[in-house]
Parts: sequence; structure tokens; C-alpha cells
Amino acid sequence: MRLKLLYAACLIGAWLLLANLAVILLVLPDEAEQGAIYRIIFFHVPAAWSAFLGFLAAAVASVAYLIKRDLRYDAVAVSVTEVGLAFGAVNLVTGMIWGRIIWGIWWTWDARLTSMLVCWLLYAGYLMLRRAVEEPAQRAKVAAVFSIFAFADVPIVWFSIQWWRTQHPQPVMRGSGSMDPAMYKMMFANWAPLLLLFCVLVVIRLRQERIQSEIDALRREAHAR
Amino acid sequence: MSFLRYSWLIAVKDLRAELRTKEAVNASLSFALVILLLFSFAFDPTGEQTREISGGLLWLVFAFAGALILNRSFARELSNDCLDALVASPVPGTALYLGKCLANLTLLLAVELVCLPVFGVFYNVRWTHRFWPLMLVLLLGTWGIAVVGTMFSALTINLRLRELMLPTLVYPLLIPALMAAIQLTTGLLAGQPLAGDLTNWLKLLAGFDIIFTALALGLVETVLVG
Repeated sequence: MRLKLLYAACLIGAWLLLANLAVILLVLPDEAEQGAIYRIIFFHVPAAWSAFLGFLAAAVASVAYLIKRDLRYDAVAVSVTEVGLAFGAVNLVTGMIWGRIIWGIWWTWDARLTSMLVCWLLYAGYLMLRRAVEEPAQRAKVAAVFSIFAFADVPIVWFSIQWWRTQHPQPVMRGSGSMDPAMYKMMFANWAPLLLLFCVLVVIRLRQERIQSEIDALRREAHAR
Repeated sequence: MSFLRYSWLIAVKDLRAELRTKEAVNASLSFALVILLLFSFAFDPTGEQTREISGGLLWLVFAFAGALILNRSFARELSNDCLDALVASPVPGTALYLGKCLANLTLLLAVELVCLPVFGVFYNVRWTHRFWPLMLVLLLGTWGIAVVGTMFSALTINLRLRELMLPTLVYPLLIPALMAAIQLTTGLLAGQPLAGDLTNWLKLLAGFDIIFTALALGLVETVLVG
């Protein structure tokens, strides 16, 4: 039953994505200053939103774990962090591709880019930390504390880097002017399939965590005999 | 006994143990001096640009050298199950943590105060223009490193690759504090007064310290006990 729901979500997501792609590629015109490449924003921005939503969920799950000491919350935290990291990577890579075309460079130490990279590195550290601990309860505890620290750090990083960068002239400027409402709406519309994909991946990852803990329990039982 | 008295006892115990063996301080200090030496190959050490990046250089050295001291902070208690004894003792976990923070702060400051004149001599930078504001920045920046670092020293104590894990996790977290300290140090070394933009950075640094001290004190009991 659960699996069927998952397939259904995948199908809906794929259908939404195809419909959106048709509009993005066929209906919406090229942007006046940037040309065709601007379309990357329909994936770039929703990916960032999804990633941050994932990190928020990870922080909530981590707090919940520390209060309830139920490993299911830990499984939620690791699942959303992993998927969030994947979406963060999508955000960074699409941004770099866009930057290569529009700015002529892959990377610039602009406030947004830098803070997203720091954020990504922090949560990559979270996954690395988990690999270094064997015992599940201890791993969950250590990871939960780190996740809370990381989540508290992200706004300060964002704030400080923005502050630091505004004191320096920007090497390159974004195209000024506001976005066309149709394009603006599309950004939100395309968030729906991406968010659906996010949820499906998290559910799959949660299943893996559950199966893993079952295997661990069986292994312990086998060793005990 | 009061909470602060417990913290003080732990701090004094740590400092006494460190002063008798000197293992962490010696390693940290020689490491800092080696990095200071290596920097001279990365750029022209007598050039005017040295002054513009002096804050960054100094705080990189402090952060690297700090990791060595912080790694030892809780690892020292592993042998003979000292940590279990400390946790079982009537000392509250928060007091234990605060005491270790204070000890680490003292050791880090000692290393930094040796590095500063050495840096001044080797790189021809006058660092005494704004002596007391610089000391304040040193204190606040080092407190930030000590608070986050001691917490992670406790967190990573039972981990494989502990020595590697601590800096990898702590440096990204420290970015706001290090950035503020770097801006302030560069400004003060150039002889700027502690005003305007620099006070904003000072506020950011103090804010970072307050937020992470509160967060660490709130979470340390769960980390140490269970």
C-alpha cells in the first residue's frame, strides 16, 4: 500500500514536471538580457528552498530526538539532511552553470554563493560525523547536537558574509530589474514537482533506515546465540 | 559548592595537568610557529600587502594551533576512565564544560600572546598601536573558538579519527567568529580606532559568543551524560 502511494507520488511528480517543462521551454519567451539560460532559475531557486526546508526539518527532528530519544526521529533527521544536501548540490551546480554563461566565471565569492557553500559543507560534515560513530544511540545523539549547532550557525554565517561583502564592490552584478510575473509564478509552480521528488526520496531513505536497523537487530541476535 | 566554584576547580585542575606535562601547549606552539614560517613562502613577507592580510594570517594560525589544544581537552580524560569519574562526581556537566572552556581559553591565549610578537618581528608589522582593543578582540575571538571547540571535543571524544573530525566540523561553524576577528584584527593592526564598522564587527563577535555559549551550556549535559 505504502509502495503504491510512493509510485503514485512519483507519477504525479513526473507529470507535473513534464507539464512545467512544456511551459518553460515552449511557452515562456527568452529573457531580455540573459537569453535562454535564465530557465535554469526554475530549478535553481526551488532546489535551494527545498534544501533549506530539509535543513529546517533536520533541526526539528534533531530536537525531537534529544527530547524523546526515539531513533525514528534520528532516521528522519539523516534522511532529510541527505536529500537536502542533494538539492543543495543541485542549487550550487545549476548556479555555477548559470554563472559561467552570464558572468563568464564558474564561481565568485558573493554572499549568497559563499554562505550556501558553507551551509553545504556543514551538513556534509554532519554525514561524515555519522559515519565515524558505530553505536546507533550515540550516533544519533552526536549527530543531533551537531545538526542543532549547524542550524544555529547558518543565519549568522549568512548575515556576516552579506555584511562583509557589501563593504566590497561586487565583482559582477546580477541583471537588474524585476522578474516577469509569469516567470515568477513558474518558479513556485516548479517547486511542486521538486518538493514531491524531495518527499519521495526522503520516504525511500526512511525505508532504508528502517530496514538497516532491522538488519542490525537481527545481526545482534545472531551474534548473541 | 557553587557552580562557579566547580568550574574554577576543573579549570585549575586542567591547567595544572597541562603545566606539568606541557604536551598540548608545546605541540600547539611549535605548530603555530611552523605555520607562521610557512606563510613567509606563500607571499612576499616584507611587502605592504602583509599588513592588509595580517588579521587573516594570525587567526588562521590561532585556529590551527587551537585545534591541537582542543583535541586534547577531553581526550586527556579518556585514560583510566577519568571522564566517567568526572561525570559521576557531583560536578554538574555544565560546570565541567565551563571549566574546560576556561582552561582552553587560557592556554589558547598564552599561545596567541607568544605568536603576536613573533609575527610582528618576522613580518615587520607593528601590533601595539591599539594594544587594549586588540586584547579585547583576542579574548572574544578565542572565547568563540574555545566554546565551540570544547563542545566538539566532548562530542567527538569516542569517535574514530577524532583528531581529524574536530577541525573539519569546527572550522565551518567558526566562520562568522573568525571573520569578525579577522576584520577587527586587520583594522586594529593598521591603527584604526575601534569605531564605525569595527564596532559592528565587535558586536557580531560578541553575539556569536553569547549565542554559542548559551547553546553549548544548554546541550552539554546531554552530550556528556546521555
